[in-house]
Amino acid sequence: MNFSVIGSQFWSLAFQGLALGLIYSLVSLGYTMVYGVLRLINFANSEVFMVGTFSVLYLQINILGVPIGEPALHGVKLIAYLAISLIGSMIVCALLAILVELVAYRRLRARGANRLASLISAIGVSIALLEGFSMLTGARGQIAPRLLDKWSFGEFAGANFRIDQVMAIVMPIVIFLILDQFVTKSRLGKSIRAVSMSEENSKLMGININQVITLTFCIGGLTTGAAAFLYTTVYENTVFNVGFNMGIAAFTAAVLGGIGNLRGAFYGGLALGMLEQFASAILGSQWKAITVFVVLVIILLFKPNGLFGEAVQQTRT
Amino acid sequence: MSRLRNFNLRDFGASIWARWNRPTRTLFVLAVISLVSLLPFAASWGPTSFMNTPITSFQNVLVYPVGMFVLMALGLNIVVGKSGLLDLGYIAFFAIGAYSQAILSTFFGWSTWVILPFGIGFAMISGVLLGLPALRLRGDYLAIITLGFGEIVRIVALNLEVTGGPSGIAGIPNPPGFFGVKFDIMHPQNFFWVVLILILLTIWMIRRFTVRRPGRAWEAIRQDEDVAELMGVNTLVYKLWSFVIGAAVGGAAGVIFASKVMVISPDMFKFDISIFILACVVFGGIGNIWGVVLGASVLAYLPERIRFLADSRQLVFGLVLVLMMNLRPDGLLPRKKREKITEKGSK
Repeated sequence: MNFSVIGSQFWSLAFQGLALGLIYSLVSLGYTMVYGVLRLINFANSEVFMVGTFSVLYLQINILGVPIGEPALHGVKLIAYLAISLIGSMIVCALLAILVELVAYRRLRARGANRLASLISAIGVSIALLEGFSMLTGARGQIAPRLLDKWSFGEFAGANFRIDQVMAIVMPIVIFLILDQFVTKSRLGKSIRAVSMSEENSKLMGININQVITLTFCIGGLTTGAAAFLYTTVYENTVFNVGFNMGIAAFTAAVLGGIGNLRGAFYGGLALGMLEQFASAILGSQWKAITVFVVLVIILLFKPNGLFGEAVQQTRT
Repeated sequence: MSRLRNFNLRDFGASIWARWNRPTRTLFVLAVISLVSLLPFAASWGPTSFMNTPITSFQNVLVYPVGMFVLMALGLNIVVGKSGLLDLGYIAFFAIGAYSQAILSTFFGWSTWVILPFGIGFAMISGVLLGLPALRLRGDYLAIITLGFGEIVRIVALNLEVTGGPSGIAGIPNPPGFFGVKFDIMHPQNFFWVVLILILLTIWMIRRFTVRRPGRAWEAIRQDEDVAELMGVNTLVYKLWSFVIGAAVGGAAGVIFASKVMVISPDMFKFDISIFILACVVFGGIGNIWGVVLGASVLAYLPERIRFLADSRQLVFGLVLVLMMNLRPDGLLPRKKREKITEKGSK
């Protein structure tokens, strides 16, 4: 127990928690979007994230040819390279998420199989991806090249505003704003909401269910890809089982905020990131996971639909 | 093709079973049990030696993973299959059983047979402690809480001194023998028979429960919880019961496991194993005892049998899982189809 850190490091912890939490919330979109439409836990999303981090590394090292350990890039080249790795990771993740839907979910859905069957087939995909990458990488962790020179905007009350962490805060917020507009305003976004409210009725209204589901997986993949890019930029490493902890955290974040709910994922991720940072500072990092789950249990006991979950069947996703 | 697809082995078996009289049934059950109890010798007998597992000894494979996973899958099947509660942290009860054995035997010198009821009791108590708050929640919320519980048990074991931290507890004594039956590293087949007895007891218990009030209550809860509650089923109590009985089976498995392997560490109780047990249940045929037994045997045995694939065996395992679920979404041996009546009507 070390409560003095709250006084001395409050802003620093809060800032780091914010950056971590917003990465969580991007990944948790991959769970929450799919859950909203299919009422299924997209178990393979953690592996989509893992593949995303490796695709960023592959792009930067093998295609763009940035050597590891070299001094960082500057100017237009830096922005171009960052943009390429971001977009590349998003595309890879989106394609993979769509593939996961095709392989693990579509046939089962067409046959009206029970929910657990889909869960297990998604777990199968997840195991296959995990082991595949474990073999490809020799189960060793890999270091990312440092594209971005990590200069700081300055300090405020002990918090160091480093460029990569600022990026990890600004980018998710922008993505969430765009996505929120897309889901509430655009025609496709409305069809996603319609399917999440009632699949039967949306079918009757002429919505192509399969198309909407593919779109949902695609969006989840895109945001997970962005999260993978941010993760490698901030932490500069990855390993084949990086998705496991990220997946559990992101899923917890989605439940915390109210699963199936877009804004819930955002706030849930934020709350979780903050909670983890403060819990590991106060109690020691080994008790971090326990604190998170105890808080989750308490919140769910009083708010069974999550912090920001609306009543069931209302404005979902 | 459609006939093949609609072929339901369970119903086929049930129709044969229904034709038999009581002595035939008893004889059949005894024959199956004695055949299964001869399994440890299958590897050394010519015609069945193809079952032998490379690298690990076949008799050890029969105890762990096969026997243990069958037992745990049966326990989880009470929770997931019978009453429809998704539990992603079942390994926690196994861990509690294993740590009860490890701590009580190394610190107090108790024998495994004395610890067994205690281990079961601890697992049941933790089931109540987890169930009381968690079972008020539904579906995926319950899933995440149980997942969290599984992780909590592992992390607590990782950080406490009494559990030995990350290195775990070593030097757990084997169970004392009786009637000249020895339990040690040279006699893994004896452990298999103990596990087999536990499996048979569990199957018997589940079958008893299924035809009585708790079984009917679980079935009602699984099909529609709201309706069950409206019909006067005390849903929380019966959900708690299924949870606690499932926990008891897991705890018993854990006690035997710890006394068999003699060294346990938190690494053995990871989240993947909870998922693996769930996969056994769903793969075999959720809710159907024989399906679960078959599924757990296949899934636990397969990775050991294909060890010659070395690193890629887990990859193959994952692909097999996807393929099988796509081909048979209800599992290898699905539960009895209750919509039979409508099928007859449409003919």
